[in-house]
Amino acid sequence: MAYSFLALRAEIIQAVRSFFIGRGYLEVDTPLRLPSLIPEANIEPVEAGGWFLQTSPELCMKRLLARGHEKVFQICKCFRKHERGTRHLSEFTMLEWYCTDIYYMDLMAECEEMLRFLVAEVDLPGPAAGIIQAESGWQYLSVSRAFEMYGQLPVQQALRENVFDDILVRDIEPRLGLERPVFLYDYPAETASLACLKTDDTSLAERFELYIKGVELANGFTELTDSEEQRFRFVKERELCRQSGRDFGPMPEKFLDDLEQIDKAAGIALGIDRLVMLLCGAERIDDVVPFTPESL
Amino acid sequence: MYTASDLRKGLKIEIDGEPYVVTDFQFSKPGKGQALYRTRMKNMVTGNAFEKTYRSNDKFKKAPLEERAMQYLYSQGDEYHFMDNQNYEQLSITADQLEDNVNFMVDNMDVHVLLFHGRPIGVTLPNSVVLEVTRADPWAKGDTSGTDTKPVTVETGFALQVPPFVNEGDKIQIDTRTGQYSTRVKE
Repeated sequence: MAYSFLALRAEIIQAVRSFFIGRGYLEVDTPLRLPSLIPEANIEPVEAGGWFLQTSPELCMKRLLARGHEKVFQICKCFRKHERGTRHLSEFTMLEWYCTDIYYMDLMAECEEMLRFLVAEVDLPGPAAGIIQAESGWQYLSVSRAFEMYGQLPVQQALRENVFDDILVRDIEPRLGLERPVFLYDYPAETASLACLKTDDTSLAERFELYIKGVELANGFTELTDSEEQRFRFVKERELCRQSGRDFGPMPEKFLDDLEQIDKAAGIALGIDRLVMLLCGAERIDDVVPFTPESL
Repeated sequence: MYTASDLRKGLKIEIDGEPYVVTDFQFSKPGKGQALYRTRMKNMVTGNAFEKTYRSNDKFKKAPLEERAMQYLYSQGDEYHFMDNQNYEQLSITADQLEDNVNFMVDNMDVHVLLFHGRPIGVTLPNSVVLEVTRADPWAKGDTSGTDTKPVTVETGFALQVPPFVNEGDKIQIDTRTGQYSTRVKE
């Protein structure tokens, strides 16, 4: 059983590479250990010799766009302290891809094409393959509509009462992507992170997440390329991090400098371990990796 | 002190002066969101269960539990009496608090009594006990399928399924964690 999952994992990763290389993406491998990271109050980084292990390759990937690479992808390890559960490993494998001159909606379409390609290329045992191939097409559901349909509070009230994440996890996520994959999109600006806000409604960010069988698989957005705005958000987030005693190193100045060079771009991060879990029909992330931290 | 990231099944903590054990636990973290620790707990005294979602910065007191080696003496009505092997101090625990353990307790058995702030709240039995079969229907000869079992009752009044060759008066070993037959004990 475990053996066949590892073999499938290798096949799936190979097919992911074929997809991106076939579309003119450049595969890159950026450093895992960095002097400063994106400050995120909800993530705790792992220190490594005075620097940090990356929590995602986002900073370096965007700096490559700034240097003129138009399409880049990477499959790499990311590290987030204390994240462990049936769908979490504190060291996990991430796929990220970035493309210039596109918006988040284009990225959603490409994400769907990638998953449909995987299902066609690899012989898969799990029921997720059928869901991905849904003939009715994939579902697009806005965050505010999801809160109306499944949550107990409107999204703005949930944010004010600090129960946005609770409602998302308890009432909404388990209902998403059961028959066909769902893109949850247009997140509140409060959860924008490094995403660009919508020009016609700045209370929303051009950000989306992909859900299949209740599992959150990917997070993508139109990139914020205004470096002053990004600095402003980092300053606020660094203050939150400081209050909770988390250190992400100094302000990532070189990243902020490079951000000026990017005109328009969109990028997405997709958890490879969860993708393999879904495609194999595995119940636990432990079943699709060669070793868990507990087994070392 | 424990933090939310220490939560896992079996962890024993103190909330509002009562001891609780984590019976179910799920870590979730929506994209860019906060870590949520969805937890189900059982009160170790009353048995009442509740569910609650904790956040990363929630902290928990370790439940001050102490285990003492004691001997089970006898029961009187609902009260089960135990004696400390070292200082001969005696105490009693109610049948409710002992839960399924009463099915496997015989006089003079060595057990561990669990104390919370010095108050007895339960016992831990050895993983297996040997009990005498006090009632068993005779085995119909010819039934040699090997997969069949039959019901018997042991000296504590507990009924369980055993292989057909076990007779009244036999001693059998039972796993106290599952209540299942392990083997017949020859004397």
